[in-house]
Formats: sequence, C-alpha cells, structure tokens
Amino acid sequence: MQAAVVLFPGLNADAEMIRTLELVGAKVTTVWHTSAALPAGTDLVAIPGGFSYGDYLRCGAIAKVGPIMKAVAEHAERGGYVLGVCNGFQILTECGLLPGALTRNLHLRFECRDVFVKVTADGPFSPPSGEVLRLPIAHGEGRYQASAEVLARLAGEGQVALRYCDERGAVGEDANPNGSVDNIAGIYGGPKKNVLGLMPHPERMSEACLGGTNGRELFDAVVRARRAAS
Amino acid sequence: MSKATVLVRLKSEVLDPQGDAVKRALDKLGFDGVRGVRIGKLIEIDLGDAPVADPAALKERLAKMADEMLANPVIEDFEIVV
Repeated sequence: MQAAVVLFPGLNADAEMIRTLELVGAKVTTVWHTSAALPAGTDLVAIPGGFSYGDYLRCGAIAKVGPIMKAVAEHAERGGYVLGVCNGFQILTECGLLPGALTRNLHLRFECRDVFVKVTADGPFSPPSGEVLRLPIAHGEGRYQASAEVLARLAGEGQVALRYCDERGAVGEDANPNGSVDNIAGIYGGPKKNVLGLMPHPERMSEACLGGTNGRELFDAVVRARRAAS
Repeated sequence: MSKATVLVRLKSEVLDPQGDAVKRALDKLGFDGVRGVRIGKLIEIDLGDAPVADPAALKERLAKMADEMLANPVIEDFEIVV
C-alpha cells in the first residue's frame, strides 16, 4: 500500500495520519499542495485535519484550488482510495468529490472529546457493519448538511459510512455532537465507494497509548481492501 | 474606481445557529420585535480604475466567481451588486 498524505498550510493532524498509515504497513509520502501530480503508484490519498488557510471564507474553500486537488480528483475518478478526515472531509465536500456541506455546529461549541460512531455501510474503509467505534472529534464546523435528494441517495446506495451513536450503538439526537442531519459522521463517495470523508479522527485512536485502537480499524480495512483488489 | 459587492447568504432552509445566538443576545439587551437574525457575508471586490466596458459580461464573471469560490451553492445563495 502506497499512501500519499496531502499537505496544505494550516493542517495540524498530519503527524498522526502519517504515523497511523505507517503502523498499518503503508509506505507514506507527503505531497505539498503546490504539486501537480501524485507520486507514481499511489494507492491511497489521505487529507488530514486541521485548519487549511485558517478556515478563511469557509472551511476547505481555499484548499480546493490547490494544484494537487486536480490530481486527487483524477485519482478518485479512477477508483483510487481517498480519505479525508475533519478538515480533509470539508475540503472533499468543497471540491465536490463528496456531496453536501459541513456547517457550524448546532450549539456553536467547538467539540473536542471522544464520541461513538456506528458503522452503517460496507466499503473499503469500513470495519464490519454494525460495529460501534470510539473516536475523538475536534471541530467547530462539522454539522453535515445535504439536500433531501442527496440524503435519499446516500441512504439508498449505502453511502452513509458512519453515524453518531451512544456507547451501545443507539443512533439518536442525544448522541449527536454537532447537529448533523441523520447523525451523519462520515460518507462514502466516488465510483466504487473509494472516497471516504469523516469528521472524527481515526488516526488519533490508533494505538493503545492514545486510549484505544478503534480508529486503526479503518486503516486496517483499507489495507485489506487494497490487498484483495490486487 | 469600480467596485463590486457580493452578498452571500445561507439558504433559507439552512439553520443559522450563529444568527439565532445573536437574536437571543438582542432579546437580552431588550430590543423587542426581533423575530429572527440571519448572518451572511459581504465581499467587496476592487475592479481597478479601468471603466467597465461590458457590464453584462462583468456580472457574469462575478457570478462565476461567486459560484466557484465565494459562495458554496450547497448551502448558500449569492447576490451581486455592481
């Protein structure tokens, strides 16, 4: 598995993304946003979290014009794996690789804590459907919004990857940290569900010393998917 | 100098928690009769000193700017004032 971690000024979750990818056996290269191409042989593009361009205008809005994003879009269209975490998810929605938008948290608070999410779709990054994962979140603008048509399509095509839930896996308003519609925490896109965007930070829950390894399961899953596809 | 203004507003069906918080603050200050507050953005674009040759083409270019960058069409509408 060859992974390219795309970097923009203002991202701050790149170190843990690189470390987690290396933990699951990926060969990792970092790619600055001004590059026009991904390294040859890239299987997975990961866009880490943070605050690209200081969240100016809208979260992820300025990052979408980075030259590297054209190469990322082509990689996604070819069925290559793309993972966007937190600001990375916002960037993927801004550039249209994933539908919908991430808006100000309902209660206006920056939420920085562990939450539970339920795996609600099969896909290359997904642990077994129904599994409940404990993952950290750290965002002020993570309230997923989309039109009724988009929501119906996401649900109908099994593209709602993760939903906020309680410890026992019950999906309800009480377990929703930001007011996301339908408790959506992450969605799949791309021609083969090869693009995943999520607000929680799986790379910050990837080894025992960080409090758990639930996040690592998503990375293990995509390594397995890559192996199965080759 | 010619200047264009782009007004960006959240679509009416998109909840604006920021606007709601400001509405509640106005209530607390004793301002009656505020039914709601919605917060958007005002973006001023300096178009330089050259006279505008083709206002329709300019408006079209500004709409393209708004559509591709200044507003997110998923959640926002825009209005151009030249």
